Amino acid sequence: MSAPYFESFSLPVYLTLAALIGFFFGFFLERAGFSSAKKLTDQFYFRDWAVFKVMFTAIITAMMGMAYLSLAGWLDMSEVFIPPTYLWPQLVGGLMVGAGFIVGGYCPGTSVAAAAIGKLDAVVFLVGIVIGSFLFGEGFGLFEEFSMSGSLGTLTLPVWLDINTGVVVLGVVLIALGGFWAAENSEGRWNLFGKTYGRGAGVKSHEG
Amino acid sequence: MSGTSIPTPSPAGEAAMRSPDQPGTWFQRVFRQKEYWPPYAAGFGLGLTLLAAFVLMGEGLGASSAFSRGVAALLGAVAPEHAAASDFWSRYVGGGQSPLINFMVFEVAGLAVGGFVSGWLAGRLGIAVDKGPGIAKGTRYGMALTGGIITGIGARLARGCTSGQALSGGASLAAGSFVFMLAVFGAGFVGAFFLRRKWL
Repeated sequence: MSAPYFESFSLPVYLTLAALIGFFFGFFLERAGFSSAKKLTDQFYFRDWAVFKVMFTAIITAMMGMAYLSLAGWLDMSEVFIPPTYLWPQLVGGLMVGAGFIVGGYCPGTSVAAAAIGKLDAVVFLVGIVIGSFLFGEGFGLFEEFSMSGSLGTLTLPVWLDINTGVVVLGVVLIALGGFWAAENSEGRWNLFGKTYGRGAGVKSHEG
Repeated sequence: MSGTSIPTPSPAGEAAMRSPDQPGTWFQRVFRQKEYWPPYAAGFGLGLTLLAAFVLMGEGLGASSAFSRGVAALLGAVAPEHAAASDFWSRYVGGGQSPLINFMVFEVAGLAVGGFVSGWLAGRLGIAVDKGPGIAKGTRYGMALTGGIITGIGARLARGCTSGQALSGGASLAAGSFVFMLAVFGAGFVGAFFLRRKWL
């Protein structure tokens, strides 16, 4: 039987898996240092490229994983939920999430991880998300028409650009690697489990 | 780090933390150091988690929608007629099932536990406020509240946040998610210029 498997799970199994996946989600976010608003916002001042590196490592890992699994016939991509494209609300919503990020210091997922280790500013940010969610729901009449604008359905980059999926995957990987290369050159060195590599190896890390 | 209190680490954590090159057990070196993981290691773990979500659950990770579901559940309890009459809240409260019986809600609950366990192992637990050096805590709270409200509205408008759109939509090559991603970074960099005295 091919993946995804959600239809074969009973509700308790489904919810347990949801919590388990969330556990690893939160664990790796916190491991990356994303429980600190200072570290997160340092990306926007080019002081720390961890946000870009972690995000794009995760994206290309999952993207290549899905590409290979579907190529091997194990993962049926037509059964996988792909966020539908609504161009204008995604543009404006993205600008708002970006503004909220630099003003508030977090995004929703990272603020949960930060609040979990005791960051009070993250707790306040969470209160803000709850208020914002409430305001959106209450003012839905104002947002509804705009939130449906620019609808292009479930549209993927390969379909949109009319390029083979494998080529798009390769392109995204190359863009990510180019970004990593630029980041490493601007930072000079990197650490792997207590050992320092690259330029300035042996010098104590500035991170953490 | 600008946290105001630094928690006392456990003896094992302290030993592992003295020097990054100091030998210790594998577990101590990987999990008990106060230093963050290298971004590529954490990102790879996050990517495998994201892949597991797609393969097992048929959808990627998310965070913001759990908060809408939480508010919907609250409204369903205190003002059921109001929730049922709303075009937005009725999506969550209808159907006879609690809006909290959901992938994203349980996932975000797990997220909090996972973040706590990671911070606990590394000795990073402690009540603290993360802020730029030049501002008061009250200013930081005001920024956090404002940013949270903007994020809460923006994430619903975009049907997801950095998790549901940028990570999950990016990995599944959704066209609109790349527009979202560019918008987040664009607004972040522009906003950073105007807020440099708050953060640096």
